[in-house]
Amino acid sequence: MWDELQFAVSLIVSGLSIGLMYSLIALGFVLVYKATDAINFAQGEFVMLAGFVAALALGTQGVPVIAGVLAAVVVMVLFSFALERIVLRPLLGRPIIAVIMATIGLGAMLRGLPPITVGGETRAVPLPIGDAPINFGPVSLPPIQILGVIVTFGFLGIFTWFFLKSRMGIAMRAVADNQQVAMAMGINVERYFALAWAMAGTVSALGGVIWGSMLGVDVHLALIGLKVFPVVILGGLDSIAGAVVGGLIIGVVESLAAGYLDPYVGGGTKDFAPYVLMILALMFRPYGLFGTHRIERV
Amino acid sequence: MLHRESGVFKTSYAADMALYPLPIARWTVAAIILLFAVVLPLSLHEYYLSVINLSLIAIVGALGLNILVGYTGQISVGHAAFMSVGAYTAANLAVKLGLPFWVTLPAGGLMAAFIGAIVGIPSLRIKGLYLAIATLAGQLIIEWIINHTPAISGGAQASIQVPRPALWGYEMKTQGQLYFFLLFFAALAILATLNLVRSRIGRAFVAIRDQDIAAEIIGINIFRYKLLSFAISSFYAGVCGVLYTYYFGIANYEAFQIGVSIDYLAMIIIGGLGSVLGSILGAVFVTMLPIVIRLTMEPLAGLFFNAGEMSSVIASTRLVLFGGLIIFFLVVEPEGLNRLWRNIRNYFRVWPFSY
Repeated sequence: MWDELQFAVSLIVSGLSIGLMYSLIALGFVLVYKATDAINFAQGEFVMLAGFVAALALGTQGVPVIAGVLAAVVVMVLFSFALERIVLRPLLGRPIIAVIMATIGLGAMLRGLPPITVGGETRAVPLPIGDAPINFGPVSLPPIQILGVIVTFGFLGIFTWFFLKSRMGIAMRAVADNQQVAMAMGINVERYFALAWAMAGTVSALGGVIWGSMLGVDVHLALIGLKVFPVVILGGLDSIAGAVVGGLIIGVVESLAAGYLDPYVGGGTKDFAPYVLMILALMFRPYGLFGTHRIERV
Repeated sequence: MLHRESGVFKTSYAADMALYPLPIARWTVAAIILLFAVVLPLSLHEYYLSVINLSLIAIVGALGLNILVGYTGQISVGHAAFMSVGAYTAANLAVKLGLPFWVTLPAGGLMAAFIGAIVGIPSLRIKGLYLAIATLAGQLIIEWIINHTPAISGGAQASIQVPRPALWGYEMKTQGQLYFFLLFFAALAILATLNLVRSRIGRAFVAIRDQDIAAEIIGINIFRYKLLSFAISSFYAGVCGVLYTYYFGIANYEAFQIGVSIDYLAMIIIGGLGSVLGSILGAVFVTMLPIVIRLTMEPLAGLFFNAGEMSSVIASTRLVLFGGLIIFFLVVEPEGLNRLWRNIRNYFRVWPFSY
């Protein structure tokens, strides 16, 4: 009985911490969608790209950790700017399908690039935090997951302050709410689009460093992007709180499914359960737990 | 298609909707049939026929996806899963019950249509991004179910060997024989699509694409037509999957993963959304692309990469070119190859007296 309880608790705790790390990646998706209405199907590839930059900087050149992380952030921010400018701006006003397909195409490009340019082998992102699991009573977590939790909470605090208190954050909320009215109020909408992408790039960069350090950096790191969709659908596409709650739910469901169902069906429920949950969410509450319910007018 | 239509004036709707836009088109079509049915199979080498065969299969799938995405405006990122449904249905029927291809092929298509309609149910409430994600979920869930159900997937390798298609005891084995087998179904698919899109159903699809609420107001039953679109489109996908299975002699879920769904989306975007000719051009283009890359890379890439890396480098180059082409066509020429072809035709229409 005690063993079973401990098993369940450790599954839930590790699910919660993994879930918060999913939230970190989902935040990038939500920020862009909230501010610019653009959909980024290449979020996983963003994370992969950041992971590669960090791995190349830290692994092969032997630079300090801060510099490596900064390099990832700078590259991702510049990359996001370029993407917004070159690909997404010409697609403004076009059907949503065009943006989805453009980011899917971008994802394919990014997945194809590493094996041609830097080689396809798995690389490590060495962070000075050690591997030994840290014990909290009955459960133990690897230090990288704890770092992920801390970083996610850090971003959450920053974004909460930014959107509620800062002048720029309020302007960005205005842009998200209604672009034309925001323009009429003298807000430079294009600049805030760029800012939203820069924020998404920063979040993806940190996500890439942490996930890359946990899983190793290769093309398969991009598969983490497939986890973003259940998280954001469940939480609501345009809600930052939703991304966190969605991430927690998906993390726990995944962990419990892997712990209790895998022995019966032969593995793989980890990748399967979040999508079943997502389908249910789509059926009953398509705009998510915290998302805005948009009413369509002809 | 190929002719200059100067001096021909249509005076009725029936003439405008006719499959042959001009009297001379009959002769063009006859010439094309002659080319594909007699000249090509007799003159081409086995290898080139195999390339054409793959294109023919892709044409069926691309037409189906274009009915859904290009004509009805619903997005599906899970089409490869419908192909796998068709493939495994046909393979199981062919192996366990020993049925011939003219039973298994429509059976595979119908099964895929049934599953496709189920996956399409959310399209009644959600659209755009949400639908894309729902179909993505459909892809992953179907893949998982096939992979984890030995009764469907035929054991640990999740692959089933199927016998060669046979007609009246005559087995189709060589590329040349399979060519006629595939050509028949590709031609049937093209003809069916051409007729579908000019029918009442096709016009209802286009109305839903342009504005679904308005379509509902003018009396189109959205529920029925959206599901019908999913079902028809998945039927094509299922048939495409069955053709793959018979062509390679094996049904394997690895041939129908999410990357394949994206390949087919690339076909219809590069070819042109909402156009039959575009689906054909896109399918041929995307099928040829890796072959052209391999032919050009093999002599060149040897300088930079060793032989072991070669296959992964070629696959990656293909991905990069693919992604680049999708973005290029979306940004620069949203109507795809079909539009380029029309531009060329319009240029020569009054040539050499353009002004």
